[in-house]
This record gives sequence, C-alpha cells and structure tokens, in this order.
Amino acid sequence: MPENLAVRARGISKSFDEVVALDGVDLDIAEAQIHGLVGPNGAGKTTLLGLLLGLAVADGGDLEILGSPVRRTLSLPDRVAGFVDGPGLYPSLTASQNLAALARLRGSGSDGIGDALEQVGLTDVAHDRVRGFSLGMRQRLGLAAALLTKPRLLVLDEPANGLDPAGTRHVHRVLMGLAADGTSVVLSSHRMDDLAALCSEVTILATGRVVFSGPVGKLAAETDELDYRVRTSDPAAARRVASETPQLRVLPDDELLRRHDAEALLVRAAVPALDDLVARLVRANVAVRELAPVVAPLEAAFLALTAATNAPSEDEDL
Amino acid sequence: MTAVAVALPRAGARPAPVRRSYRFELVKLLAQWRIRLLILACWVGPALLVAVISQQSSLPADTVFGRWMSQTGWAGPLVVLSFSCSYVLPIVTSLVAGDVFAAEDRLGTWRHLLVAVRSPRRIFAAKTLASLTVILLLVAGLAASGIVGGLAAVGNRPLVGLDGQLLAPAHAAGTVLLAWASVLAPTLAFAAVGLLGSVALGRSPMGLVVPALLAIALQLAQLLPLPVVVRVALPSYAFIAWRGLFTDPPQIGPIVLGVIVSLAWAVAATALAYVLFMRRDFTDAAYDGVGRRVLVQAALPLAALLAVTVGVIAVATPVAGSGIDKPKLDRSLATAFAHLYVMQTGELHRPNVTEAQLRSGAACDKGGSLLADHGAGNDWRCVVSWHLPGSTATGQAIYQLDVTPDGRYKADGDGPQEVNGFFQVHTATGDAPNPLWQFDGLVDLLAPTSKG
Repeated sequence: MPENLAVRARGISKSFDEVVALDGVDLDIAEAQIHGLVGPNGAGKTTLLGLLLGLAVADGGDLEILGSPVRRTLSLPDRVAGFVDGPGLYPSLTASQNLAALARLRGSGSDGIGDALEQVGLTDVAHDRVRGFSLGMRQRLGLAAALLTKPRLLVLDEPANGLDPAGTRHVHRVLMGLAADGTSVVLSSHRMDDLAALCSEVTILATGRVVFSGPVGKLAAETDELDYRVRTSDPAAARRVASETPQLRVLPDDELLRRHDAEALLVRAAVPALDDLVARLVRANVAVRELAPVVAPLEAAFLALTAATNAPSEDEDL
Repeated sequence: MTAVAVALPRAGARPAPVRRSYRFELVKLLAQWRIRLLILACWVGPALLVAVISQQSSLPADTVFGRWMSQTGWAGPLVVLSFSCSYVLPIVTSLVAGDVFAAEDRLGTWRHLLVAVRSPRRIFAAKTLASLTVILLLVAGLAASGIVGGLAAVGNRPLVGLDGQLLAPAHAAGTVLLAWASVLAPTLAFAAVGLLGSVALGRSPMGLVVPALLAIALQLAQLLPLPVVVRVALPSYAFIAWRGLFTDPPQIGPIVLGVIVSLAWAVAATALAYVLFMRRDFTDAAYDGVGRRVLVQAALPLAALLAVTVGVIAVATPVAGSGIDKPKLDRSLATAFAHLYVMQTGELHRPNVTEAQLRSGAACDKGGSLLADHGAGNDWRCVVSWHLPGSTATGQAIYQLDVTPDGRYKADGDGPQEVNGFFQVHTATGDAPNPLWQFDGLVDLLAPTSKG
C-alpha cells in the first residue's frame, strides 16, 4: 500500500428498491488529503457520503474507514465527523448551546467550544440563537460542530453553500489547516472553484459509477480542447488570424458573452493550437490583452466526463 | 518468533449512553418556547383559575366537585383534574410527545443525531424518556398549582365526597394526590400514542394532533350508551375512574381496570412506535412517515388491542349492559342523602343525628312504568325516605336524577322545600347553598348488577 488510507472502498454498491445509487465504486482517500467528490444530481454522492458517515451500509463491496472495516450501520471508528444534507442544528439553541449539547452527548468537555467557534469565525454570535443565522453561518457552525470531535476523517456535503466570499475563504483556511494537521477531508461540492482551490484529488461520479478519480492536475490535463475568450487590440484582425490557425475553431458569437464584452473572440482549441494563435497574433501586430478559459478546466473536464454518462435528469441526489 | 502488539483503531465507536442522549433531548425540549410556555401555564394557570373561581358566587357545578370550590381548597385541584383529563392532558401529550420525533424530520437533523449518538435504539429511548419527563413535569405542575391555589384561596377544609361523606383535610389531601397519580397511566397511554403519531406521520401536522384527536373520539364514545365492558376498555376510562376514590368504600375495580388498560395501551403504542422507528431508512432524505400504511402498522394493532381488552373484561367481570340500574342508584342516593342530611343538620344547628339513626332509603324509577329501570338518562325520579330519632314519622323527599353513562349523577331536589329546596346555610366559609338541594353522586359501573 503506497500510503495510509483514511478511506478505502472497493466495489461498493448500494440500491434503493429498483434504483441503483452506487455501482462498483472504488475510492482511495489518503490521510491528510482533501478529496473532492463531484457529480451531477443523482450521481450517488449523497449516498456515498452517507456510507462514509456510517448512516447506511453498502449492499456489496468492502469499505474501510481509518483502517477499520465497516460492516454495520453506525459502526464507524472514533473521530469520523461531518454532515450530509445540511449541518443539522437546533434553531431554538444558541450556537454555543448547540455545540455544548453535542460535546456533552459525546462525553467530552466544553473546552473546545470557544476554539471551534473561533476557527469558523462565529465567536461574536456564540450566544445568539441559531434561528436567526443565515445559511452560511449555519454551515460554519456545522463545521464547528464537526471540529469538536477533532476528526481524523471529516465528511462535508456542500460546506460552502450560502457562504459569502469572505466566509468561503475562512472555511478554506480551516479545511487546509485540518489537512495540514493530518485530517482527511471528503468534500462534496458543485462549486468547481472550491474544489480546484482545495482538493489535491477528486472523484467524479456519474450515475453511481466513478468516471474519474485522481489528482486535479491530471483531470485538467485529460481535457483536450477548451473554450477560450480572447481580447485583442484589433478584434477584426484577430478573428481573421484565428480562422487561419490550424486545429483551432472560431466559435459563433455567444449572446451572453457579447452582452458583457462585444469585442471578445471565442475560440476552441487544445493548448498547442492556442500557443500557435498567440504567436500568429504577435506576428500580425495584434496585441493580446486577455486570454482566459471560458469555463474553468476542472469544470470543463467534469462536463466532458459526465456528459456521456449523464442523461438529463430532474432527480435529486440519491 | 516475537509477538508484536499492534494498536488498531476500535472497529466501532461506542454509542452515546442513554443518560447523555436523554439530557440532550431534555435540553432540546426545554429550549422550545412552546414547551416553556406550557410549563409556565401548567404551573401558574390552575392556581390563578382556582383562586378566582373559588371567590365567585356562581360555581362550576356541572364539573364534578365544582359546587364545593368555595368551601374547601381540595375541590379546586379536583376541578382542575377533571378539566385536565378532558382537555389539557391530551393537548399536553400532543404538544410534547406528538412532536418529539417529528421535530427532527422538520429540522432535517436525523442524520446529524444518528452520527452523534450512533444508536437508533438509544435515540428512541432518550426521546421517549425525555418527553415523558416533560409531561410528568407538566402534570405535577397542574396538580401542585391547583392545590396551592385552592388552599391559598379557600383553606385546608374537609371535602364532601361523591357519596356525601365528609373527608377530613388529611384524608382529602391523600385522596386528591392519589387521584392525580391515577391519571398518570392514561396520560402515559396518550403520550405513547403521541410518540407513535410522531414516528409514523413524520413532518405531517397530523402526527402532532393524534392524541388530541384520540381524546375527542374517546370523549364522544364515552357519551354514547356503550356497554360498560367497552367503556372500561377504552384507554381514556382512567381519566374518569379516579372519581371512584371519593366514595366510601372506594370504587377500586374501575380504577384498577382503567389503569391496567391505559398501561397496556402505553406499552403497545410505544412498542409499535419503536418497531416503526427501527425499520426506518435514515438515508432516505425524502422520508415523510409511513403514509397510508399507518392504518395497518399503527391503527389496526391498537384496534385489535381494544377488541382483546373488551373480550377479557367481558369474561372477567360479572356486569353486563350499561352498569347503571335501580338498585345501585337506590343505594347510592340513600347513602349520599344520609351523609348530607347529617351535614345539613350541623349547618342549621339542629340536634345532632347520625346516618345510622336516619335509616335512609331510596326508590328510583326511570321514565315511569313504561321504561325499564336501568341505563343513563335525565328521567330518573327518586323518592328518599328517612327516620328521625324519637319520631315515628317517615320523612320523604323527591329528587330528579340526571345520570350520565359514566355512572355520575346529579341529584336535584324537588321538594319538600325545607329539606331539599334552595336556601342558604351558614358554613365555616360563609353562606352556601343547602347541601341537600343539588349534589353529585357516583354508581360503581362494575359492581355486580343487583336484582331489584
């Protein structure tokens, strides 16, 4: 085994009546790693997170968490924490009462409550009832509740939901700090920017199967062509040069893009063809003012990988 | 070869002990404004109500013991008990037990709770115990508040029982407490039905009102002319059976049966709730109760329990029909009249007389010669006769009786005016209506039916 694994899953399957939620899922999550879990609605993410939190057992396959096999519901080892489908708080209690009640439930003292609240930036509202909290504040309090257990494996479902940019950065810092201290974090999110910023590895699920699992960089590199927005000093000349560049396609004007930037040019190409375009523009005395992917590489890879397996569906996550 | 001990992580962390989960559930319950308001209302409301009503000239004579509220502090808590059994306790069980599981559905906290406690069984035990604790706290508040209000407003005086005998204050205190204790059993039954509704119906508001709806249905059933074996088999019977404690001798049979039936319901409904809870798939975020299966999984077993109870009581007790007949009413009315006559004699400062000297008797008739003399109704007419010491004459008085199907009757004096007409008498607490004018009585529905 190359490294210690916080999660080791082999051939995990899980069905609800006729619906197959997970179908032969393999997953390795190393210690001290932040691992992203992405997939379209109905891909089986929530089911997988539920298994990692011990809320259910798989119908088939083997699951080991922190080195212990999991064969029964709620039989996880100590120091596994997290939340699925929201942080699970009691609105009639204050933030600190929520944490104190949980700490007492687990038999631990209330010493860590102040620290946990400080880590997620909620010290100022420690004595406010959760009823008045915004979604973002609740998410952060849910994270604080998980931190109380000093987890070795932290399982989080959309922890950045409802967070403003400052709150998001705050949560990112907390998660990166945890990983630096050896905690493994499994993070489910639809926000590709979060995953790209935080995760060293991602697993993409589609219709209950793993379509990719590995380093984020490898995922981005696997994507051949991306759409780029090019802003230049001479849009007409740039369009002419682009249309003459081999292995590069000029895309029809995008209505949404045009509304924001009428002079931008949209092209689809792999990186070598894009390099060629830049060289040609320079030779044609056209200054390149901006060159950026329209869709982030991770998101593009996600869309490419899930497009084939994911038929349009209205279903929610299983 | 050297053996090496390797410290492996424990395969499964231990679930949180029930004691800690129970505290957690209590904290959650007591943090709800609704529960806090209930506690305040139950601990303060009855005292204020009893104190105010006791000072009124018009007393709630329709409620059992209501007519004695201005003469003894022990009548107040019994009026509170009577009112609570009809309305307050079913509502209290609805608001506490009827929501204790559904609240987690509403808040979306089940998964969170399961991860923290790691044992659905312990969660069930903790929630059940916590809701029962709060319900007991509320019942204790109702009782204590009613007693404090009555004693503070009227005083620690003897209480007139349901066969007219005078209970000394200490005896009255003990019997009042016993009466409150006896209604804990049906309260537990309704709480268990609340738990069942809360588990079975999920977020649906129907779960919250199940005990209250059951109480209304059972109250309506108690108004119907049901056979006594069916009446006693209802889980709400112990809510009225406590009145038998206030006769001499106490009517223990109906109380014991009522308590047993209530406890059977409490156990059955809790067991059903437990089974439904343990079968639940907590990974199903869309779960919202068992839906229509509630009829098969909850209502049908309880209906079966009712049927079995009716059968067992029918075999075990000798009584048939309504349990109300002429001999029972004759005895009860004659006894009550004798006790109250002695009381009236004292209040009017006449020469002392005892019940034995009076040798009272009664002859009741229902609806004239065309109707059989049994069953509830307001068409009972009774002639009471008695003897005064030193006199050969027999006194006679007439009463109209309104007998309800639960065995309680209200006797209304119909002459002669100087015996059972309306006039004021002087009592230790001030002027009060003639005790023989109108009074309440109770027949033992389960006593063997006598031949007339």
